[in-house]
Amino acid sequence: MAIFLTKESKVIVQGMTGSEGQKHTRRMLASGTNIVGGVNPRKAGTTVDFDGTEIPVFGGVKEAMEATGADVTVIFVPEKFTKAAVIEAIDAEIGLAVVITEGVAVHDTAAFWAYAGKKGNRTRIIGPNCPGLISPGQSNAGIIPADITKSGRIGLVSKSGTLTYQMMYELRDLGFSSCVGIGGDPIIGTTHIDALKAFQDDPDTDLIVMIGEIGGDAEERAADFIKANVTKPVVGYVAGFTAPEGKTMGHAGAIVSGSSGTAQAKKEALEAAGVKVGKTPSETARLARELLAA
Amino acid sequence: MDLFEYQARDLFAKHDVPVLAGEVIDTPEAAREVTERLGGRAVVKAQVKTGGRGKAGGVKLASDPDDAVEKARAILGMDIKGHTVHKVMLAQTADIAEEYYVSFLLDRTNRTFLAMASVEGGVDIEEVAATKPEALAKIPVDAIDGVGIEKAREIVAAANFPAEVAEQVAEALVKLWDVFIKEDALLVEVNPLVKTGEGRIIALDGKVSLDANAEFRQPDHAALEDKAAADPLEAAAKAKGLNYVKLDGEVGIIGNGAGLVMSTLDVVAYAGESRGGVKPANFLDIGGGASAEVMANGLEIILGDPAVKSVFVNVFGGITACDAVANGIVQALELLSSRGETVDKPLVVRLDGNNAELGRKILSDADHPLVEQVDTMDGAAARAAELAAK
Repeated sequence: MAIFLTKESKVIVQGMTGSEGQKHTRRMLASGTNIVGGVNPRKAGTTVDFDGTEIPVFGGVKEAMEATGADVTVIFVPEKFTKAAVIEAIDAEIGLAVVITEGVAVHDTAAFWAYAGKKGNRTRIIGPNCPGLISPGQSNAGIIPADITKSGRIGLVSKSGTLTYQMMYELRDLGFSSCVGIGGDPIIGTTHIDALKAFQDDPDTDLIVMIGEIGGDAEERAADFIKANVTKPVVGYVAGFTAPEGKTMGHAGAIVSGSSGTAQAKKEALEAAGVKVGKTPSETARLARELLAA
Repeated sequence: MDLFEYQARDLFAKHDVPVLAGEVIDTPEAAREVTERLGGRAVVKAQVKTGGRGKAGGVKLASDPDDAVEKARAILGMDIKGHTVHKVMLAQTADIAEEYYVSFLLDRTNRTFLAMASVEGGVDIEEVAATKPEALAKIPVDAIDGVGIEKAREIVAAANFPAEVAEQVAEALVKLWDVFIKEDALLVEVNPLVKTGEGRIIALDGKVSLDANAEFRQPDHAALEDKAAADPLEAAAKAKGLNYVKLDGEVGIIGNGAGLVMSTLDVVAYAGESRGGVKPANFLDIGGGASAEVMANGLEIILGDPAVKSVFVNVFGGITACDAVANGIVQALELLSSRGETVDKPLVVRLDGNNAELGRKILSDADHPLVEQVDTMDGAAARAAELAAK
């Protein structure tokens, strides 16, 4: 199984003809993703050659879906046009929109999130400013390197891209059902809770690793959710114990404001919910190993 | 980016929010002329990005132009909670009858915007929220529908504003929403919003925080940045397009990806606990697709920090290939020595992921006396801490 993305997924790429879009479409294809089209209104009707695979370019998301049956879109368009691209995906009612673009203005994310709600949340949004998700051996929607690990029975959800890669690497011999990078912006589509719920319901996931970082209260709310709803073992990691108050640490949402959003508070909330929290990524991996062996 | 009060006042004025006349100055002598322009009396207000300046003596009433010079002299240079006062704003005096509170902000938890309003303004609003939560109305604002006059009236009613000012406050809220939306703000707060003796509503003090991600459509915002207050290393890093935050430790940190770098700081701090209490000296994220040049720029900033005693380069190659990172390290060291700069700080490097073996080989072949490779993140952090503790 896996969550949100499987080998049945048919993927289109909004912004496929741009440099980032092309680079990552090539990587996604190489890792076995079923990419069925790209979207660019100015290049509709053309095709792009990826090492011998011709991928058609469509004028819009709806048109691409009608022609190919696509159910996932990966969005690489520049930040200025991201809001319009996501709204187009929502209007087309595609099942999953993975927004890779970083540097999206918060007002734009707030607007497309509100729009998704008004349209009945038919489109699951992951991101923005995220590495996307991978179900190893099945499909890869985004920029997560496909060769770190293999298919297995651990589910991973993380605010951070490189910590996702690090954790996949630490546990590479065990493998993952799905790894979901939800992004560290102040407003994101899919949350820790959404992924935890899906992993809890996924028969192919035995253990969940959850990576958080400073800012907001998503981890605290995830802890409440785990306590009430998750019966599978959960291992956690939180980054940013040494972050000073009031400074944005790379991700737009990674900021301790006054006494709220601290790593310590998140760790304590998770531990109170029975989650084993590692002090370092390696220790977190070790805890996951111990729980899986038990 | 948090703004000074005078910058917030300027943005309010730009969007027709009622404010009092005011001007900002940075020398005491300038106070005389400004006070004359303001009608002979003025409130002299320290411009610092922290609360509690009134209690600290940073706000004073000047009864005439000479007095304004004296008051400005007393306040300029003052230290308020670690912030030095470099500027004061002289504002028209107001006859205050009542003090209220209004704000618009980002509500991360509910992934929308929030309006907050209270008739108990002029005090720390977190105090009101904690002790009298019923006195602070919180109304969600839909990001698409926004705040028109009807929504503004709903907010005003929820906060129980007196009938005689309700419509004026609602109109002010619509204009403040303009500030929030048109300036891509994350926070627009007025505390206090006052009713004057004549019954006028005026935004007397304001706090605005702007979204740095919106710079692509807000060309005027770069000029609002307080360049004087920025740490010189942070300013130099920013000029090179690097994501750098100065901290107060001894181990310089370079990594790729915000989460991994935050984690690296933590792991170094843990390792430092048993090694003389050394701590990370900075946060520096060279990003997902970092090139040799970016690595060189990053190393230059970190080696230029006199507090740094050792450097930890922690890279997991995802999109970034480790051979590019290794080449960047080698080139950066060459570049720095060709500029005649002494490079005498040890570098501990941990490379994993995409092309890690090639990257490690490049560093081994270069055989630089100051570069040491360690295989694991925890091991490398311990080694970097040990070197800094010497």
